[in-house]
Amino acid sequence: MSDRHIRVVLAKLGLDGHDRGIKVVARILRDAGMEVIYLGLRQTTDSIVAAAEQEDADVIGLSMHNAGHLTLGPAMLAALREAELDVPVVIGGIVPDADIDELLASGVAAVLGPGAPADEVVTTVRRVVQGE
Amino acid sequence: MSEPTSPQPTEAAEPADARASWLAAYQTSKLRDVPFETMSGVPLEPVHGDPPYPGQYPFTRGLHAAGYRSRLWTMRMFAGFGTAQDTNARFKELLRAGGTGLSTAFDMPTLMGRDSDSPWSLGEVGRAGVAVDTLADMEDLFAGIDLSGVSTSMTINGPAATLLAMYVVVGENSGVARADLAGTIQNDILKEYQAQKEYIYPPRPSMRIITDMVRFTTAEMPKWHPISISGYHIREAGSTAAQELAFTLANGFAYVEAAIAAGQDVDGFGRRLSFFFNSHVDFFEEIGKFRAARRIWARWMKERYGATDERAMMCRFHTQTAGVSLTAQQPEINIARVALQALAAALGGTQSLHTDSFDEALALPSEKAARIALRTQQIVAHETGVTNVVDPLGGAPYIEWMTDEMERRAEAVFDHLDRLGNGSILEGVYAGIDNGYFVGEIADSAYRFEREVNSGRRIVVGVNDFTDGAEDSGTTLLRIDQSTEDLQRKRLADVKRSRDSVAVDAALARVTDDATDPSINLMPAIIDAVRAYATEEEIADAMRVVFGTHVEKAIV
Repeated sequence: MSDRHIRVVLAKLGLDGHDRGIKVVARILRDAGMEVIYLGLRQTTDSIVAAAEQEDADVIGLSMHNAGHLTLGPAMLAALREAELDVPVVIGGIVPDADIDELLASGVAAVLGPGAPADEVVTTVRRVVQGE
Repeated sequence: MSEPTSPQPTEAAEPADARASWLAAYQTSKLRDVPFETMSGVPLEPVHGDPPYPGQYPFTRGLHAAGYRSRLWTMRMFAGFGTAQDTNARFKELLRAGGTGLSTAFDMPTLMGRDSDSPWSLGEVGRAGVAVDTLADMEDLFAGIDLSGVSTSMTINGPAATLLAMYVVVGENSGVARADLAGTIQNDILKEYQAQKEYIYPPRPSMRIITDMVRFTTAEMPKWHPISISGYHIREAGSTAAQELAFTLANGFAYVEAAIAAGQDVDGFGRRLSFFFNSHVDFFEEIGKFRAARRIWARWMKERYGATDERAMMCRFHTQTAGVSLTAQQPEINIARVALQALAAALGGTQSLHTDSFDEALALPSEKAARIALRTQQIVAHETGVTNVVDPLGGAPYIEWMTDEMERRAEAVFDHLDRLGNGSILEGVYAGIDNGYFVGEIADSAYRFEREVNSGRRIVVGVNDFTDGAEDSGTTLLRIDQSTEDLQRKRLADVKRSRDSVAVDAALARVTDDATDPSINLMPAIIDAVRAYATEEEIADAMRVVFGTHVEKAIV
């Protein structure tokens, strides 16, 4: 699959307003040739599901900096299952190493930590979309 | 070496007079009882270089003639997590360890005017700060701390009026009159639209609330700073040093214009404004930024806004080291970054300082990491000797050039905003929020930095070079789990059950009524609602129905 066809929905889920990282990621993915739909701040699991459906998203990227990932990550996955939508979810932001396994076990496709280089961001998204 | 790029000439005193008046001010300053000499016993002059001297307009070299010889900066460590009781214990630990002021971090629901039982709050209660829903939480937060003996800073913006009201009532209930409460509330809503994104209402009604708070504190709380105009979050969001300086001071001008338009005396409220800057890793750029901030603020307050009282021209600021500069990789090396950033803040003449904990790229600070951070600034203050001489770098060609360059870049931004607002910085700032100017500039700078790091042109130690030694350090992180959220929701339910709901409804109705009439100050109605144990979200809703909400356009 070429990058041209990868459609990424990016969102900030919940109240967390730290948007520096996700905006940088949006540009990195766009520069890598993907189509990026950034929903912005204060999204709900419902609004993200609706956008993923409408935009025919290949992958959903969530950015979390407020330590809510262990609650909000699984909540996002539950909402997708509820909607019978099979779209992988990648979480980026401040996620301690100790939490990564729990997130992956709950069904999150990948976790990108602080300082992840641009090529790692791009290859992770490609890998997740290709279901590898 | 004085003010080469001054847009307007400064009526600098004759050098001899300047020296004499500086000396008179120095000699009347109460000095700390420590030897002002080097480690080897070499006696030190309090100041070197050319006029204007420290304490002299435009204050490039500092606000006070004796600088840190008379008073060190306040070591104010920002703390907040979990429930109010959790944070109360951390406050007491920081005071025991020699901290000299309190600084409160609230959790995201509190910052956004949402209660812990709101669906919006899921997963965020107590996680990134302390959860406060009602007066009961605020009482627990400050339990056993004498509010007449500390100064308290509260980092909150959208719902700032409600949190200030809670603090006033906690004080009253513990026998401390509002006039004796000392502290600062951040209350800088303009930078929320630009960078931090914790807003509730649209800009103009938010500005009305702030103007009400300025008026209220000016009349009734003489020891309170009603706004801390903050560049910190602008920088953390990705701006350059010059953008941080320019956007922050432009926001300051906007508040001044709003207060003047509301009929307030520029000298009266000008004395009460304070600032909050970031201290990042580029050492000399930071020092130049701090010095330029003082000079620009003094000139604008005097020349554009007509202040005549020098205290209204003084840019007093708190500084925090740059959280965004901390790395998750090899987290212990962040201690070195923080030490250098703290040193820059001291050399730049800050009035107070928070030093970040080395584990902050991973989690909220653990108690040990917070103590090391406090010790770091204590080393700068007490061991390095940089506090012996006021503005010790002043007069150095590179520092003076950097100060001028920061000022020049900031003035270019002021020109842009002034044009955008047809001669009003306030209108220019509103326009810049509306048209995405600020968020766009900040995102561009953030992306430029990331590209430099990604290309390897800019080295971040431990991240893109010198990565050996990244094995697990065994750092113990502070964990806030879901039980905090459950506990806080139960506490809120208990408060809601035990309060007089008729009184709550009446108090909230009055908040709504007063919101519809801009001639009425909102603070008394909010204080009454708080006293009746109305929740933060209920009070926010009582105003939301009148003011509406702000929604940001998603721009990448």
